[in-house]
Amino acid sequence: MDKLINDFSVGLFFWQSLLFIALILLLKKFAWGPILTAVEEREDGIKDALEAAEKAKAEMQALNADNERILAEARIERDALLKEAREIKDGIVNDAKELANTEADKILTTAKDQINNEKMKAMTELKNTVATLSIDIAEKVLRSELADKKKQEDLVANALKETELN
Amino acid sequence: MNIKTIIFTIVISVFSSLNILAEEHMNHGDKDIKTEIKETIAHHLMDSHDFVLTHDISFSLPIILYTDGNLDIFSSSNFHHGTTPHTVNGRTYSLDHGHIIEASGLHPIDFSITKNVTFIMIVFLIMLIMFTRMAKSYKKNALPNGMGRLLEPIVLYIRDDIAIPNIGEKHYKKYMSYLLTVFFFIWIINLFGLTPLGVNVTNNIAVTFSLALITYVLTTVTANKSYWGHIFWMPGVPIPMKFILAPIELLGTIIKPFSLMIRLYANITAGHVVLMSILGMIFIFKGWVGSSLSFGLAFALSLLELLVAALQAYIFTMLSALYFGAAVEEHHHE
Amino acid sequence: MEIPAIVGGGLVVIGAGIGIGRIGGSALEAMARQPELTGKIQTVMLIAAALIEGIGFAALFAL
Repeated sequence: MDKLINDFSVGLFFWQSLLFIALILLLKKFAWGPILTAVEEREDGIKDALEAAEKAKAEMQALNADNERILAEARIERDALLKEAREIKDGIVNDAKELANTEADKILTTAKDQINNEKMKAMTELKNTVATLSIDIAEKVLRSELADKKKQEDLVANALKETELN
Repeated sequence: MNIKTIIFTIVISVFSSLNILAEEHMNHGDKDIKTEIKETIAHHLMDSHDFVLTHDISFSLPIILYTDGNLDIFSSSNFHHGTTPHTVNGRTYSLDHGHIIEASGLHPIDFSITKNVTFIMIVFLIMLIMFTRMAKSYKKNALPNGMGRLLEPIVLYIRDDIAIPNIGEKHYKKYMSYLLTVFFFIWIINLFGLTPLGVNVTNNIAVTFSLALITYVLTTVTANKSYWGHIFWMPGVPIPMKFILAPIELLGTIIKPFSLMIRLYANITAGHVVLMSILGMIFIFKGWVGSSLSFGLAFALSLLELLVAALQAYIFTMLSALYFGAAVEEHHHE
Repeated sequence: MEIPAIVGGGLVVIGAGIGIGRIGGSALEAMARQPELTGKIQTVMLIAAALIEGIGFAALFAL
C-alpha cells in the first residue's frame, strides 16, 4: 500500500484526467454522437422497412381475400343470372308453345268446323242434286215408259197384280 | 489482421523485451544477476522522463515542474539520463531513480510530459482520428467502411450487451460516451503496453485512479433518490439494522471504484512483472533448455496478456455500467 | 513465532484461486446444462471472477 501511495504521480494523474475528459467530450461531439445516431437511424430504417414489408404483405393478403370474395360473389351472381335467364327462356318457350298449341287448336277446330260445314253443305247439295237427278231420271223413265198406251196399261196391270198378290 | 501477423508481432515484442534485458545486463555486468533483473523490472514498470527505444535512439521529453508557485520548463536532455543536475531560475533539480528532487529541499510537483503522458496523448490522437473518421463515413453511407467495419460491432456490443442490460433502456444513452471511450482507451493503451515500445500506462496507479474517479463522480452525480435512499436508509430492514448498514453501504460506494482502480492496475502490473521475470530466467539459466523453456512460456504468456488487455477493458466498462445502473435504477416498493 | 506477511498473501491467493476456479467450474456446468444461456452466464461469471480478483489484489497490496 505504501508503495502505491509513493508511486502516485500527480502529474500523470493531472494529464490523464485532462486528456481523458477532453477525449470523452470531443469524441461525444464528433464521434459517438454521430455514430450512435447513424446506427440507430439505420436500425430504425431496417425496422421501418420490415414493418412496411409486413404491412404490404398483410394488405396484399387482404386484397387477395377481397378479390376472392368479389370473385365468389360474381360467380354466385352469374349463376343466379344464368338461372334466371334459363327460367325466363323456359317461360318464354313454354308460353310460346302454349300459345302455339291453343292457336293450332283454334285453327284446327275452325278448320274442322269449316270442313264439317263444307261437308254438310256438300252433302246437302249432293242430296239435292241426287234428288233432282232422281226425279229427273224418274221423270225421264216415266216419260219413256209411259210413252205409248200399251205400256201404261201393262204397268197398271202389273201394279194391280202385285197388289192383289200381297 | 490475421493470426500470422499477430504471432509475428508477439514474437518481435518478446525479442525486443529480451533486447532491453540483454543490454542492461551488458552494462552492469558486475552486479548480481538476480538483483539486476529485479532492478530492470522495477525500472521498466516506472515512468520515465525520456523515451528510450534502443541505446542509440532516445527522445528527450519536456519537464514541467511547479515549485513553490513557479513553473519551470526545460528538456530532460539536460539531466543526461540522470547523471547531471540542472539549474533553472536559481533552482537546481536532479533525477533520482525517476523522481525529480530539488537541491534545497523544496518539493516540486511534477507535471512533466513523461513517456506515459506521451502515450496517453498518442492514444488520444489515435482515438480522435479513428472515431471521427468512422463517424464521417456514416455521412456518406449507412454502412461503415474501413476501420468502421471492425469497430462498429464492438461499439454495438458495448451498447447492446454492456450498457443496455446493466443500465436499462431508459438511461443508458447518457453514459454511452463514457463507456465507449473508457473501453477503447483502456484496450488500446493496454495493447500499446504489449508492444516493444516499453510503455505501461495502465500500471500506474495515477492513471487507473483517474479512470476510477471519473466512474465514481459520474455514479455519484447522476444517482437518483432511490440510490441514496438505499445507502442511508435501507428500506425493508429493521431500524437498528439501518444504522449499521448506512456506513457499510457508504463505504461500499468508495470500495467499488477503488476495486476498479486496483484491478486494472494490478492485472497489468502483474502481467508485465511475470512476463519480464520469465524473460529474466534466460539470464539465470544461461542454457539452451532453460532459455527455450522461458521463451515458450513468455510467448504463451504474451498471448494471454493479449486476452487480458481486452478483458480488463471489458471488465472495467462492464463494472462501470453496473455501478451506473445501480445509480439510476428505479426501485418499486409496495 | 511471527508469521511473515507473504504467507498471508499466499493464503489470499489460494483463496482467490479456489473462488475463481469454483466460479469457472460452476459456469461451465451451467453452460453445459443450458447452452442457450451461455452469453448471460459468461457475463455473470466474469463479473464474479473480477470481484474476487479485486479482493485478492486488495489483500496483496495491503501487504
